[in-house]
Order: sequence, then structure tokens, then C-alpha cells
Amino acid sequence: MGIEMKKLGWVATLAASTVMVSSAAFGQDAAAEAVAVTPEVAYIFNTLLFLIGGFLVMFMAAGFAMLEAGLVRSKNVSMQCLKNIGLYSIAGIMYWAVGYSLMYTGVDGGYMGSFGLYGWEAAGGDALDTGYSTPSDWFFQMVFVATAASIVSGTLAERIKLWPFLIFVVFLTGFIYPIAGSWQWGGGFLSEAGFSDFAGSTLVHSVGGWAALSGAIILGARKGKYEGGKAVAMPGSNIPLATLGTFILWLGWFGFNGASQLAMGSIGDVSDISRIFANTNLAACGGVVAAIILTQIMYGKVDVTMALNGALAGLVSITAEPLMPSPFLAILIGAVGGVIVVFTVPLLDKFKIDDVVGAIPVHLFAGIWGTIIVPLTNPDTSYITQLYGIVCYAVFTVVVSGVLWFLLKATIGIRATEEDEFMGMDKAEIGVEAYPEFR
Amino acid sequence: MKIVTAIIKPFKLDEVREALTGVGVQGLTVTEVKGYGRQKGHTEIYRGTEYAVSFLPKIKLEVVVDDAVAPAAVDAIAAAAKTGQIGDGKIFVHDVEAAVRIRTGETDVAAL
Repeated sequence: MGIEMKKLGWVATLAASTVMVSSAAFGQDAAAEAVAVTPEVAYIFNTLLFLIGGFLVMFMAAGFAMLEAGLVRSKNVSMQCLKNIGLYSIAGIMYWAVGYSLMYTGVDGGYMGSFGLYGWEAAGGDALDTGYSTPSDWFFQMVFVATAASIVSGTLAERIKLWPFLIFVVFLTGFIYPIAGSWQWGGGFLSEAGFSDFAGSTLVHSVGGWAALSGAIILGARKGKYEGGKAVAMPGSNIPLATLGTFILWLGWFGFNGASQLAMGSIGDVSDISRIFANTNLAACGGVVAAIILTQIMYGKVDVTMALNGALAGLVSITAEPLMPSPFLAILIGAVGGVIVVFTVPLLDKFKIDDVVGAIPVHLFAGIWGTIIVPLTNPDTSYITQLYGIVCYAVFTVVVSGVLWFLLKATIGIRATEEDEFMGMDKAEIGVEAYPEFR
Repeated sequence: MKIVTAIIKPFKLDEVREALTGVGVQGLTVTEVKGYGRQKGHTEIYRGTEYAVSFLPKIKLEVVVDDAVAPAAVDAIAAAAKTGQIGDGKIFVHDVEAAVRIRTGETDVAAL
């Protein structure tokens, strides 16, 4: 049941959890057929799922921070760390102030929610009608928007100024992401059209990816990245940090996909969550192995950063439909994600689009792949509708974030001076070097 | 006195040290350096982009010896550092005018 069912399908889910469930739902475990849980127990488990999933996804912020800190040069590491903790905090406040409401209240098949106020249960509240605690859902949805913003941070590293980036994050997390999200998970027009995106290959990862792509084009490449028509390699400063970041993201993804089941009040739900965990893991493995084999064949040596990107591409690929694929198909879907990364990282360089950490191949291209392939395993969806959804998100995000980047460029400017860029953003804008004693 | 300066492959350092000890050398100064020779470095690939590694890591060692010992020291280094592959390094020999052991004030060969 993905996030799209969040508001719409809740009543039905609650009802199902209170009546006797047919033995078919339990598969071969006939002994378990008798008892369904009470609404109280369902409420507790649903809420627990949001909380556990939420703090796992929260930790993905650390994963992004470490991945980016490792893949930028040592003179830009402090800046990257600051951007990551800054964007996470801005996302938290903006999603509380307007985002959650814009995404989930009064969408009703339309194009955006409202600016209306929403309330959390009072302390000690015991109303069961929502089926879960509202703050738990708020928290779970909030950490997703932070993920979208982190994607932009990595792509634009090493040459964007701090403040225009943070201002962009205000609009991305308060308005662009919530409005886009309302179309599907808020019960908007795409959800009515039959589009399907279980945990956000498109809603989270492609939206972040499109915003990053338009930013990268408007901002331009790092000085010296493309000389004489050829790309110049600028190796990252710390592969262990990038690896740690990737593993943290991988861990967080169990919350991202698993808790997007949105309910844990029945054996059917908890079984589905387990299946999602297994498929999520398999897809990431597929992405890594594909990237390792391909880089060995193509370059004669395995590129560790591509293997790391491969893991994330596998994860993004399975995010649109982590429940329905068989284990083998999950590996295959993830592996294609890994292949996409190995081929599109150099492709972006051909177009002189400078994506420092490979976020566009990982989140945008693999996100499109994951979304388009949903109908292979989910019979309730169609390729046409999936494509329709992808195009809607592309047009909206590219246009709105493009306008925003242009406005920022025309007013306060988005690009560091050539001198600052050469010196490194750490010295130029932060004044604190990441490795002051390392020479 | 002569100073023997050698640029060698880093992994050969221990063997060279043992060889020099074998011909009576009692002290040695080592520096990690980078440089290139006739091959001008080599290329690597990072994220699909080929890039030149213009300077390769090497070890520079310096040893000052009595004139009579210099040929043996050079031979010892050449034998121990040799792999027969590109990039084995070079050895240079210069004259040294004077030497002082700071602790005792001994000079020249006595200071070595």
C-alpha cells in the first residue's frame, strides 16, 4: 500500500485490522489465523513504524553529509558539512511551517494542499481515529524532504555560495517538494490518475535530482573541470568517509522503504515490510556488483566511488516498488541502476554538467528507471501513467527550481568568485578548515 | 667525503638500508618525494575521466661517506634498489667539503 494510500486508504486499513482476517492472508501459517489486533495495538505499531522508520531516514542526513564530505576535495569539506546540517534543519522548520499542510491537507485530487493549520494531538492524547500519531507521521514525512534537499547539496558542491543554497532549500523544502508530493501522496491528481511511487523514486529522488540538474546547469561547472573539451578528474578527499556515508544511507533506506508501508498493525503488513527490507537490500547489492563488474571491464580497474554510487542507484531504483518484485527481479532492477550510474556519470561530463558526487545519475536517472519499471511487477499500474507522472514532476521541478536559481543568480548571485573557489569554500566562506593540520 | 643521493622506489627502502649497513654506512637521511622521469608519470581513471598522475611517489635518501666507501655505497644502493622495471630511480654523487657532529664538535670523516 505505499504512501499514496496514507490518507485515502486509512479507514479501510483500520477496519481490516479490527475484523477477522481470512486465513489466506497468513499463507501457510494456519495457526495464526484466529486473532486480529485491537485498534489500540494497531495504533501503537503503526506509530512505532513511523518513529523507527523516521529516525532511520533522519540518519540518512548523516549518510549524505559523510558521502559528500568524502567526495569533495579537502578544501571544501567544512562547507559541505555545514550545508548538510543547515539544510536538514531548514527542512525541518519549513516542513512544519507550511510543507506538511501543503502536501496533505485539502488536496482532494488537485494540484496542491492548503496553507491551513494542522494540529498534533495534545500530550497524552488517546484518540484512535487517525490510526497513528500525527507527529509520528509528520516526522516520518519531514525526514523525506531533507533527503531531497541533500541531493541538491552534493551536485552543486565546491562552487556554490552558502546563503543562496540555503535560500533555495527554504523554497525546495517548504514549497516545491510539498506541492509536488501532494499530487501523489497527498491524494492529488496523479494519485487519481493511477500513478504509483511506493516510497519516492520520483517524488523524493527525482524531484531532488531535477532541482540539482537545473541548478548545475545554471551554476556552471567548477573552474578547471572541463579544459580543452575534456573532463578533468578532481578526486574526492576521503574514500573511507564516502564509504561510511554510503553504508549509513543503505541502513537508512530500510526506514525509507520499509516504513513507507505505513502500517504495521497486521501480520500482512509486517510481512510486507520484511519483504521490502529484503528486496531493498538485494537491489543495493545488485547495483554494487553491476558497477564493480562494469568498471573493471571498461576501465581495467574497479572504481570504488562508482561502486558506492552503484549501491545508492540500486536503492533508488527499487524505491518506487520495493514490495512486488521477486528477489531475483529486485537484484536485476538494482543492477540496472548500477549500470545507469556507470554510463551516465561520464555522459554528464560530455555535456559539461558538473555533478560533484554523482547525485544526478543516482537519484534522477535511477529514479526514473525505478519508476518506469513499476508495471513490470505491479499489475495495478501502467507504463503510460508512470511516464505521465515522471514528465509532470520533471516539468514542474525543472521550471520552478530553474526560475528560482535564475532569480537568486540575478539578485544575490549563486557562484563563489574564482579566487574563493581556488582557495576553497572552507577558507573563503566558513573560516574553518576540515583538516587544518593536514598538509 | 662524498654525498650519495639516491631516488628509489619506496618499497625498496628497507632492502637499500640493509645493503648500506652491509658496507659500513652508519647513518642515513630519507625524504618522501614526488617526481617524474622519461615516462612523465602515468594515467588513472576516476569516475570515467582519465587523468594524469604527473608526479609519482619516490623516496630520496642521502648518505655522506668517506671517499673510499662511496663506490661500494653506490653499488650497494644500485643492487638493492633494482627491479629492472621502469622507474627504479637514479643515484647522484657529489663532493662534500666539510662535516660536523654537533654533539661533540668532531669534524669531517670522524663526524660521519
